[in-house]
Amino acid sequence: MTSGPMAGPVPTDETAREIDARSTDLSGVPANPTAAVAMGDIGGTFWRRFVFRRPLAALILKRLGLSVGLLFAVSLMISGGIEALPGDFATTYLGQSATPQAVENIRRDLGLDRPWSERYLSWLGGAVTGDFGTSWASKQSVSEQIGKRLGNSLFLAFFAALVSVPLAVGLGMVAVQFRNRMPDKIINVISLAAISLPEFFVGYLLIMVFAVEWGVATFPATVYDGMAFTDRLSAIALPVATLVLVVLAHMMRMTRAAILNVMSSAYVETAELKGLSTFRIIARHAAPNAVAPVINVVALNLAYLVVGVVVVEVVFVYPGMGQYMVDAVTVRDMPVVQACGLIFAAFYIFLNMAADILAILANPRLRHPR
Amino acid sequence: MNVKSIPISAWVGIAGIAIAILCAAFAPFLAPFGEREIVGEIWMPAGGEFLLGTDNLGRDLLSRLIYGARTTILVALAATVLSFALGMVLSFAAAVMGGFVDQLFSRFNDLMMAIPTLIFALVVLAVLPQHLWILILVMAVLDSTRVFRIGRAVALDVAVMEFVEAARLRGEGSIWIIFREILPNTLSPLLAEFGLRFAFSILFLSTLSFLGLGIQPPAADWGGMVKDNKDGIIFGISAALVPGAAIAMLAICVNLVVDWLMKRTSSLKGGRGDA
Repeated sequence: MTSGPMAGPVPTDETAREIDARSTDLSGVPANPTAAVAMGDIGGTFWRRFVFRRPLAALILKRLGLSVGLLFAVSLMISGGIEALPGDFATTYLGQSATPQAVENIRRDLGLDRPWSERYLSWLGGAVTGDFGTSWASKQSVSEQIGKRLGNSLFLAFFAALVSVPLAVGLGMVAVQFRNRMPDKIINVISLAAISLPEFFVGYLLIMVFAVEWGVATFPATVYDGMAFTDRLSAIALPVATLVLVVLAHMMRMTRAAILNVMSSAYVETAELKGLSTFRIIARHAAPNAVAPVINVVALNLAYLVVGVVVVEVVFVYPGMGQYMVDAVTVRDMPVVQACGLIFAAFYIFLNMAADILAILANPRLRHPR
Repeated sequence: MNVKSIPISAWVGIAGIAIAILCAAFAPFLAPFGEREIVGEIWMPAGGEFLLGTDNLGRDLLSRLIYGARTTILVALAATVLSFALGMVLSFAAAVMGGFVDQLFSRFNDLMMAIPTLIFALVVLAVLPQHLWILILVMAVLDSTRVFRIGRAVALDVAVMEFVEAARLRGEGSIWIIFREILPNTLSPLLAEFGLRFAFSILFLSTLSFLGLGIQPPAADWGGMVKDNKDGIIFGISAALVPGAAIAMLAICVNLVVDWLMKRTSSLKGGRGDA
């Protein structure tokens, strides 16, 4: 997708910049803009006709391509960065007192004696087909572990999103409606405080109150195969609450800012001057225009949620991806760290992409950039 | 700036930061016991000789909290200052030179920002040996991506304003323009950004220490203290919550001040995201 359709781009400034941006990501050198314009002038290529007929689909395809390119660059960076940084794994792994022979053996075992490019290509090839190799520490298949744990993490994130999104948008609307009055100020101060709370503090506070003092929730949040759905739900109640509290304030503040941005526009002022009620202005004039930024906010915060999961899982001893990664980092189990890093980055990148695409879909003006 | 125009919330923030800095500066005089001194039973309740109780090894929690302020604030501050220096130099260079350099820096910055900060830090810290300066450097580099973005936007924004143009036409030199025209007009948003990054650094450092990848024991640091005492939670021992609350308080205070600074400069919008 990144190479094929790019053969004949449209010679507008925007596409030129897009292409430039992408090829820099991929290869480190900017594309030759004159060549792009020349090819565009010839015209008639498949991609050019496609852009003309289906501008929206073309835009989305382009954004998709950018994300794939970005992900590729990230994989290169994770792998190359690890290689470029000092520190020999075999020595770290065996300790300082290891004999050179033992170090040599383990290097050969782990395949570290092969050149980097070869290892990267085989790793990437495996990653694309869903095979992340075997863990150095446990000698188990990384993909198998991730398969189990990814589901758990997504389960957690899904319910956190389910609770936090409507709540955040609702509270954001309330804050806008009572802008600069008491409810808004209270929401503002509380959300400011909530932003500053570290995830683990919120988590332990909730454990202390609900699990230890009142005994209404379970800790640690253990889930296992074949657990009943309702048991599972009650096990993840506290982790979900923690995630919601952490992400809610961000999302609400950004929602408030997005809506206020719309509210300060000329047509809302006109509506105010016409004497319409505040509610009507919000519902009929501001909301349709605020949908795009709000969707954007939600998607961005879901991306944040994916990362917030790491700390929350460690706090609640929840068997998910985040805990797997942190454990692997402490014992320097590189295949696991690489795989988890790539998967977290992939979720982050694609949620950001979803934010962009949804914004384009919801706001036609973004389809025709200057 | 009028002292009376500072809102109460900002005063609260300033007071909180001042207390934390005093604790950090005069830790040996304020702390009743030593940082690594074992003075009692493990997890003794608060009150009596030990104001906040003792920790998982029988060390005085209050003393460790005061010494921890030193480590936490110092490391977070060092990382923030470094990230600012790095981000500002690179962003101004990008804005001034433009063209290929700007493209290269900006695209690389985009790439760095495409990876979640915590995940990036985990991957990098998994490889690097555990030293304090490496930790500070990693935090600074990861944070400088945000500073770069803001710095570049601000520099491009202000450099084309009329008063800069006017100063140029008056025949002022570039040093005058940077220090007397651009800097005073960018100071407020940059100061707000500095506060924001500092608050984020505190939280980030605490998170890393909590995960066991930040500051290594036996040095006291707030995130690490939460980690040390977390096993007590299940027995109803709140020792882990005390350093957690200290982190939260400091971050809230910084944010209160930042919020006020932001409101003063709402015309220049800064990004608040920090995932």
